[in-house]
Amino acid sequence: MSDSNIEERVKKIVVEHLGVEEEKVANDASFIDDLGADSLDTVELVMAFEEEFGVEIPDDAAETILTVGDAVRFLGKSTA
Amino acid sequence: MFSLQNRRALVTGASGGIGSAIAQGLHAQGATVALSGTRQEALAALAEKLGERTHILAADLADAEAVDALVGRAEEAMGGLDILVNNAGLTRDGLSMRMSDADWEIVIKVNLEAAFRLSRAALRSMMRQRFGRIIGITSVVGVTGNPGQANYAASKAGMIGMSKALAQEVATRSVTVNCVAPGFIESAMTDAINDKLRESILAKIPAARLGRGEEIAAAVVYLASDEAAYVTGQTLHVNGGMAMI
Repeated sequence: MSDSNIEERVKKIVVEHLGVEEEKVANDASFIDDLGADSLDTVELVMAFEEEFGVEIPDDAAETILTVGDAVRFLGKSTA
Repeated sequence: MFSLQNRRALVTGASGGIGSAIAQGLHAQGATVALSGTRQEALAALAEKLGERTHILAADLADAEAVDALVGRAEEAMGGLDILVNNAGLTRDGLSMRMSDADWEIVIKVNLEAAFRLSRAALRSMMRQRFGRIIGITSVVGVTGNPGQANYAASKAGMIGMSKALAQEVATRSVTVNCVAPGFIESAMTDAINDKLRESILAKIPAARLGRGEEIAAAVVYLASDEAAYVTGQTLHVNGGMAMI
């Protein structure tokens, strides 16, 4: 799976779940600080990533996924 | 008030007395109901009585796999889920010193653990749709205790604590989590009580009678309604005054 494809799918999920504009979903955007997510949103996002990419994201890994780019990198590695 | 038009509800233990009354109560307010239980015949008879807007989903809640599949089956049958009523429960009474591990485990598993698993599964779509009602049918003995029911009382007290935690987790998503705590209600469970015990029970109930299933259903209907949106983490006691807590 190419990284750009992963990035596209991650951003689509973020836009859908957080109801934010697509141009705000930059790689360095923090879910909580920049995109207005609360802790429940981040749990929902992780679950949505798991569903979309068919992977399991353990809690200690989920805690390190703070930005859009973090998610793209993690999913790039775990689906490689 | 209290219309449940277009709402989709899953009721576990719908083949029992209280569960059947709850399903009928929700259905009467316009909800579509999925009836879950172990006794096929009783479920089929109830579905026939209710007519349209009913689905039968047989499931044994002692079976973890069946539990985990149940919410998905309900969502598929009804196109989603708005109301989950964790009503299924069983008793294995006995004094603690003589209580077997098996009797402890099965009661916790069916009454408490299944309720958690079903709630967890239901929350996914409820949070997404920004609406949900999870209602646990606990018991007065979960608060007061009762000799011979250490397992049952623990499971019912556990349900109250669990509901309060869940309620705080999901309140921002317009999902409420509450309990209804029946006192002594006319049902197969209380029919099994002998006359002497029945008399001593009645003496402790200010209303001087057992409750009826419909009186539990009415509390569930209220908590499931839009009007109860600001009520969460609560336990509504319906017990004729036998415990004012």
